[in-house]
Amino acid sequence: MSDASVDPATVAHVADLARVDLDEDEAEAFAAQFADVLDYFETLDEVPEIESEPELVNVLRTDEARESLSQDEALRNAPETEDGYFEGPPVG
Amino acid sequence: MSDAFITRTEIDGDADGPLDGQRIAVKDNISTDGTRTTCGSAMLAEYVPPYDATVIERLKRAGATIVGKTNMDEFGMGTTTESSHFGPTTNPVDEERVPGGSSGGSAAAVAAGEADLALGTDTGGSVRCPAAFCGVVGIKPTYGLVSRYGLVAYANSLEQVGPLAPTVEGAASLLDIIAGPDERDATTRSEGADTDYASAADGDIDGTTIGVLTDLVDGADERVAAVFEERIAELEERGAEIREIELDSLTHAVRAYYVIAMSEASSNLARFDGVRYGISGGFDGDWNDAFARAREAGFGSEVKRRVLLGTYALSAGYHDKYYEKAQDTRAWIKQEFDAAFEQADVLASPTMPVLPPKLGESPEDPLQHYLMDANTVPVNLADLPAISVPAGTADGLPVGAQFVGPAFGERAVIRAASALE
Repeated sequence: MSDASVDPATVAHVADLARVDLDEDEAEAFAAQFADVLDYFETLDEVPEIESEPELVNVLRTDEARESLSQDEALRNAPETEDGYFEGPPVG
Repeated sequence: MSDAFITRTEIDGDADGPLDGQRIAVKDNISTDGTRTTCGSAMLAEYVPPYDATVIERLKRAGATIVGKTNMDEFGMGTTTESSHFGPTTNPVDEERVPGGSSGGSAAAVAAGEADLALGTDTGGSVRCPAAFCGVVGIKPTYGLVSRYGLVAYANSLEQVGPLAPTVEGAASLLDIIAGPDERDATTRSEGADTDYASAADGDIDGTTIGVLTDLVDGADERVAAVFEERIAELEERGAEIREIELDSLTHAVRAYYVIAMSEASSNLARFDGVRYGISGGFDGDWNDAFARAREAGFGSEVKRRVLLGTYALSAGYHDKYYEKAQDTRAWIKQEFDAAFEQADVLASPTMPVLPPKLGESPEDPLQHYLMDANTVPVNLADLPAISVPAGTADGLPVGAQFVGPAFGERAVIRAASALE
């Protein structure tokens, strides 16, 4: 096993960072699986450092107003709306 | 009625065109205006896009009729279509077996004759795998050939929309319709304009140099390898030159692929917050609590697993160890493929290293499951085009052969694949 020891508490911490609630069973099952998967990823260490210069170009268009979704369309899939706005939970 | 579709519909084309009278099935992660697009997830079970993806606009303009949205592994994460919230799809060739994934519904719809053609998406093999398992043709286009506008993103540096069809020419014709630059997707390239891929399906293999990727043949089930080798020998008799090619970087491809795909997934799936769309977590507590509850309720196990592993791989202390090394591996694989194309016109391997597993019998261990993608993921890491074409059967089950070409070398892989039909 690598230095990345994965216990249910670590999984719970990552789940917290990712904003995904897990029940206890799930966190325990994931802990065992994550140890295996991360162990497998470990051998990427053997890969040589590669000099690569990808050919990248900026692709820009002029910033001009154009047709877009209507407010109704943009709100159509929201579980809760109020007066033409998305309604969300309190922020902190 | 098969279980290939999540939603059946009939969306008629806007005009007369080359796809007049053609019934097209579309994977359910490609946005269709007014028709729900679920991504195989409870999170989006009720989501109805207010616009069409660019590929859908192009299908309509070509006169196609869209007959349904097809089942898929949740958000494209899987190799069997069993991770769909809406239940698995069966393989029309053998109903006890999986159709492959994640575009399993699209391949099954074509194999069962319920659609003439289909669109899937390929992030690590998701068009080629179900094509191979269902005995149809599937193309993963060069990165940048087909617009991803309106495709619900999973791992956007890897994925492309690709066609599935009963024949190589059929798949190539559909690719001609959807290929080409799109001002709404800045990663599309001018090389995709005015393509003519269909005419390359002429079966002429004489004088083509085929590089057989020996690492991928050696790693395959021997029944699969035997079918593949027999067909390559046949192409040699018909005038192809065969070379064996070894690429050291391929040993690390699956690792690099999953680190990159999971990292991108952890970022891309952050949009599902239950506020703008998706399942609401209810508004008790603050934003973070509601957000986390929405995602607990809306995402299945494989999606949570990948989002969490991706978050881990990108977190402080592990970014250099996993993500940076995965990017090095990606660059290495590209360099080795470039060198290989100095020795061969196309590269070949079995598409899948295994025969289609029975439903419920795929490895439960996620790591073993991920290894099924060994032959397909290198192509996505290197941004190259590839095709899966039926090569025959073993124990009555379809075996696919994969041809890989240089960037924008679609005509070469289409020609080679047509020689196997």
